[in-house]
Order: sequence, then structure tokens, then C-alpha cells
Amino acid sequence: MTTMEQVSLASDRPPYLYPPYRSTVLRAPQRPLILLPQILARVAGPVFGDGQVGPLDHDLTRQHPGEPLGERIIVTGRLLDGDGRPVRNALIEVWQTNAAGRYAHTRDQHPAPLDPNFTGAGRCLTDGEGRYRFVTIKPGAYPWKNHPNAWRPAHIHFSVFGTAFIHRLVTQMYFPGDPLLDHDPILQSIPSEAARTRLVSTFDLGVTQPEWALGYRWDIVLRGPRETPMEA
Amino acid sequence: MSLPATPPQTIGPFFHMGLDVPGTERLVPAGHPGAVRIEGRVLDGAGDPVIDALIEVWDSEGGRFGRCATDAEGRYHFLAVKPSGRPAEGTPSQAPHLHVTVFARGLLDHLVTRIYFPDEEAANAADPVLALIADPRARATLVARAEAESLRFDIHLQGEQETVFFAC
Repeated sequence: MTTMEQVSLASDRPPYLYPPYRSTVLRAPQRPLILLPQILARVAGPVFGDGQVGPLDHDLTRQHPGEPLGERIIVTGRLLDGDGRPVRNALIEVWQTNAAGRYAHTRDQHPAPLDPNFTGAGRCLTDGEGRYRFVTIKPGAYPWKNHPNAWRPAHIHFSVFGTAFIHRLVTQMYFPGDPLLDHDPILQSIPSEAARTRLVSTFDLGVTQPEWALGYRWDIVLRGPRETPMEA
Repeated sequence: MSLPATPPQTIGPFFHMGLDVPGTERLVPAGHPGAVRIEGRVLDGAGDPVIDALIEVWDSEGGRFGRCATDAEGRYHFLAVKPSGRPAEGTPSQAPHLHVTVFARGLLDHLVTRIYFPDEEAANAADPVLALIADPRARATLVARAEAESLRFDIHLQGEQETVFFAC
């Protein structure tokens, strides 16, 4: 069995160290990761149930007495494993800015208005076909201090549990046609353009509800077992 | 059919609004038999506290999950029990351990590590995962330290005492 093995990160995953994203410099591990033998890496993950999710938790526009400002949207898609099978009853948690690009978070100092009718956090469980659906407001772009004139493209943070421990995924969903995507070091940290595209949702007229909300579709695919053999 | 996986992105500094639910740092209720407090700090390469990390702990044997965000000093804590170390079906025997996932601003992908227990010297010495780590000092980063009323497990993202992280 190999002892310490440099793990070559595939081009569809970001490296830990990516200096254009400044915060990686003091936080990326410097030693090679230890590759776990597959038999020991196959650990089931936590299971969540209906008790963790309220009936309106998926609707971020109905958490306050009034309606939030901004463009009402529906974000939906399927959670799939690497073989294309739906992942059912999986917990998906989201958080985002309001329409003005401001998080309802004490540490967000962006001088854009808070919306008293929008918190920007939601959760749901995938259904029998692996589908999730959120109703929300299109988040805004916002400045950050990574480099001069740095702006994050509009995005929704997603936290996803699958059925295995290795399925755990925290990522961000972006919107199609956003001119900031090409300038964002967090998205651009992913080497492969094809892989970056997988984080961009698709506008979908079929999901769009007339006279009510624009629809975006975004499927999430969880990691399968490692493809490279343990001992070559 | 094999579908390409959705890539990860950093959890960012504002995850608390979506993920930080009070009470989730308890894998077992207070007073549970064998409950042990596990606490530690998350530190960066300059030795500064990481004040915006989210730590998740998973006891796969007991089916218990916990989550804790670090505070202004980079501290986190959990209330857990030591698993028995009974192997899952079809897997080799391992020393009792908890699975740990680390998220933070500046981590483009999460990190995976393990907490082992200091009172399990024989089991730790025979553990097939600890055996993968050649350097004894690196191996020691995965064993919690016994303190008066708790176990301490600091997570060093970088530097001399860098915690061992796993790819899986």
C-alpha cells in the first residue's frame, strides 16, 4: 500500500491554493493529502428527515410579513449521483444576498440596503425523483476586497448531503450571461471551462411561471467513487 | 453512464445565515452516558484564528452528526461519544474515530480529517488509516489531547503542525 501519495486534483476541481483568490494563501494545506483506500473511504453519510425542514423553508419570499423586493425566481433541478441516479430525501440548504447584493449577516459591510422582508436562507429535501425547488429573489452582485474593483457575480450558495460521506458538497450556483463570471477568481479557480459551466444555471421558460416568476434550472451531480486505481 | 461531478466552491464568510443552527454542535444530548466535550481552534498558516470556518463531525457508527461554526477566536466545540470502533460490514477493523469536514472562506474545496482518541493507544497503533501516515508527528495531529474535562483537537490548516487531511 502506498503511504503518502500526492493526489492529483482533476481539472474539474479547484486546487486548494489559488493565489488570485487571496484567502487561499494562508489556508490551503501545504502537505499532500493522504489518499484513503477505497474500502475505508466508503462511509455512509448522515441522513436527514422531514423533521429538519419546515413546509415553507423552500420559499425565501414568504418568511416575513411582506414580500421582498427584487426579481422573483424559481430555482429547480435534480440531485443525481455519478451514475445519473436520483438522490432522494437529501438535504439541500441555500443562502444568498438580497436583490441589492447585501447579505443579512452582521459581518457584511457592503453599503447596500437590507430588505426587511428578506433573510436569504432556505432548505428542502429532494423528492422521490431527486428534485429540489426553491422560490426566491434573484441575488445581486456585490463588491469584495480580494483585489481592486473586485465584484462577485450573483450567486446562490448550496450545501448538499448525498448518501455517502464523500458526497458532501458545498458550492455556488451562478446565473447565465453574467458578465462578472469571467472576472471572478472563485469561479475561475476551476481549471476546466466545461466544469465551470456546470455551476451556471440555465434559464428555462418551462420552469418560468407566467405573470409570476422566472425559472432557472440547475442539476447537481455528486462525486462518484474515485476513478483512479489505488495501486497502479 | 458516468456524469461529471458538480465542482465545489468555497463556503464563503456568510454561511452562518444558512447553516449555523444553534444546538447542532451536540451529537448527543447533555448528560448522555459517555458524552465527551471535544473542543479546539482552527488556525491558518500565520497562526491566526480562522473565525469563519464551519466544522462538521460525523460519527458513522452511531449515526450522529454535528456542526459548529468557529467563533471570534477560531474556537469550536462538540458534544460527542467515542464510537466503539466496531468495523462496518466488509471493512477492516479501525480504531474509534470521528469523521471531520472543514469548510471555510479561502477553502475552495472542503477538507476531510479524523479525530482519534488518546486513550486508545493500542487500537491507534493498529489502525490502518493512521498507518498510512509515515511521519509520527503528522500522525499525532489526528489524536485528540486529553485535558481536564474535555478533549482538545486543534486544526492547523498550514505550517509546522499542519493537520493531516485526507482525499477520499
